[in-house]
Amino acid sequence: MSIMGIVFSNLNDGNVSELTEVRTMGSVPFCGRYRLIDFALSSMVNSGISKVGVITKTNYQSLMDHLGSGKDWDLARKNGGLFLLPPFGNKASDRLYGSRLEALKGALHFIARSTEEHVVMSDSDCIYNMDLKEVVDYHEEKMSDITMVYRKKETSYMESKHIVSMELNENNRVVDISINPYKEGNFNQYIKVIVMKRQLLQQLVSEAISHGKTELERDVIIPALNILSVYGYEYSGYYGRVESLDSFYSANMDMLEKENRNSIFNIANSSIHTKVKDSPPTMYGDNAHIENSVIADGCVIDGEVINSIVFRGARIAKGAVVKNCIVMQDNIIGSNASLNAIITDKNVVVRDKIVLSGSENHPFFIRKGKIV
Amino acid sequence: MAKKEIIAMLLAGGQGSRLFALTNKIAKPAVPFGSKYRIIDFVLSNCINSRIDTVGVLTQYQPLVLNEYIGNGQPWDLDRQFGGVHVLPPYQAKDNNDWYKNTANAIYQNLHFINQYDPDYVIILSGDHIYKMEYDKMLKEHKRTGADCTVAVLPVPIEEASRFGIMSKDADGHITEFEEKPAVPKSNLASMGIYIFNKKILEEYLTSDDADETSSHDFGKNIIPNLLSDGKNLMAYTFDKYWKDVGTLQSLWEANMELLGSNPKFDLYDPQWVIHSRNPIAPPQYFGKEAKVVNSMLGGGCEIEGTLINSVISSGVKLGKNSIIKNSIIFSNVEIADNCVIEYSIIDEGVKISENCKVGGKKGEVDFAVIGRDVVLECNSVVSGGEMKE
Repeated sequence: MSIMGIVFSNLNDGNVSELTEVRTMGSVPFCGRYRLIDFALSSMVNSGISKVGVITKTNYQSLMDHLGSGKDWDLARKNGGLFLLPPFGNKASDRLYGSRLEALKGALHFIARSTEEHVVMSDSDCIYNMDLKEVVDYHEEKMSDITMVYRKKETSYMESKHIVSMELNENNRVVDISINPYKEGNFNQYIKVIVMKRQLLQQLVSEAISHGKTELERDVIIPALNILSVYGYEYSGYYGRVESLDSFYSANMDMLEKENRNSIFNIANSSIHTKVKDSPPTMYGDNAHIENSVIADGCVIDGEVINSIVFRGARIAKGAVVKNCIVMQDNIIGSNASLNAIITDKNVVVRDKIVLSGSENHPFFIRKGKIV
Repeated sequence: MAKKEIIAMLLAGGQGSRLFALTNKIAKPAVPFGSKYRIIDFVLSNCINSRIDTVGVLTQYQPLVLNEYIGNGQPWDLDRQFGGVHVLPPYQAKDNNDWYKNTANAIYQNLHFINQYDPDYVIILSGDHIYKMEYDKMLKEHKRTGADCTVAVLPVPIEEASRFGIMSKDADGHITEFEEKPAVPKSNLASMGIYIFNKKILEEYLTSDDADETSSHDFGKNIIPNLLSDGKNLMAYTFDKYWKDVGTLQSLWEANMELLGSNPKFDLYDPQWVIHSRNPIAPPQYFGKEAKVVNSMLGGGCEIEGTLINSVISSGVKLGKNSIIKNSIIFSNVEIADNCVIEYSIIDEGVKISENCKVGGKKGEVDFAVIGRDVVLECNSVVSGGEMKE
């Protein structure tokens, strides 16, 4: 059984326009030292997938910088490895792709000249740590054409506007799919991880594109539920999805819970890889007070940090109070500054004695490089 | 033919017997240091930061951890098509199958490695010191003075000088005399064991030294005195920044403590001089609701529920509730359960300490408690200062 992977790094960027203004969804920072794409990539690599195409679209400088040759994921290979797939120019229009199918069309060449039997595709706006080999085993065992991964989740009316829910029969075969059902309930939410045979994918994409279709689920899978065998596979570990600034904030805060951290970071033989930096260790001064917080390497902290996530290389001076915050890479928080429920993007400087406060259900965002 | 101007030969075969349990299974250069480093990182970083991209690492004692750590040299940017880092263990040859007999002999046995790169100069380094040094500046000085060999020297307090190899020099920096551990030192300039040789001179002296059966094949004892007695041009290059031999438990502990504080004696945070290292794949640190941390340094992956004071903690350390670590060095992946007190201790990798243990003594010179690799302490154990568990 041979498997290749495809990761969409740019879909749904609009959901968190604050964070994706300067980067792709895949390179949105997460939990102190990661970028969102690390989770999909690491799951693939840890499941024995050694060839991964990353489909990009715009603003992918930060993504390229992050991925480099792929060596931090063991994807700098002689055979296979990491392939960055930027959008193709098109004679007919200068327009970039707008949908998943169009994105895949741009990658058809890569898919066609591969030799792997199966393709695992994942979005990069989600945080999970999954054994994808088990998913593919299940896919083969069921002899299914398409296997879609879902989680069971109690969903509120508001949330149901952004989900794809699957109805399954007793054999876990997908009998119906509803997109944005607009009702509350306990749904099998599709988590945008999907397996299919490579040749089937190639065929479906070419055919759909030639008929002017755009959405994989709506235009290809739903109409074919009777013809193709589509199965669901349940994932029960932690799953976080970044679909708004609020959910970005709450997914980060989820990492303060031991159970969630264990589900993502403490799985044997399945570490989350990320770009390695030679950051020094983190140093805490005489006045440091740290409570219920996740803190990355390379920080120098002499202030108070409570219920917060602090990224690599941040400096928090004496007397500063950082509470319920996400403080990103290389931030400088001046002495006696006070921050509550703030998300600061990279390289933000908060000067001495500045007081800033958002609210925990509506955190306040400070753009990259701002000096407050 | 391709060539290098200078290559480095790094002596990393030392056992480090004065680190006791810490070097039972690993060579001294592989001993962890400063939360996320190993001792050898400092000299390898010095090499790459001084633009020396070819390094031979001579290993002998317990090389497994060291070999694996160095790997292909990629963490130091020393994975190169021509050059890079190479581990050089002793080997069996057609008419010679010796272990490395001493420092000079180790280099002698690897002359063919050196000659592959046809270098003009060779810098001899040792893998067990903590310091930041621009070898390229030393090389520039070596070339400027036209010396046959330049020896890096460090001013030490005169009362401690009799512990070192002491160089006397004249006003121009020419070395006039060398004494190994003199009872009455004539100068306070200690040899740091760092030499830049003109390659031809090095080859000549190593070859004649090898033929000399009375020689102990040591740079300090034989090669340098031979050069001096032959009237070769030896220059002293004075280095007066932080330099620490971490060969004893006391000095290893001190050097770790000197990383702490708002104005540390040895700064790891200089963006102009990054210390490169192999990075463990670990999530960020987590501090629990009752955690306390004062004047300490931590690596990735730690989960801290207790209290840390004046300590240097490596990656993946777990500390339970109501446990205290004070004035100690904890190596990676140590797990300490609830209600423990650890003071003035050095705890090696993979140690597990169960609940209600008390480890360590009080402030003093020989009072460290040392717990060796992978030791498991049962509940309610007491390990007092000066004790060693292995």
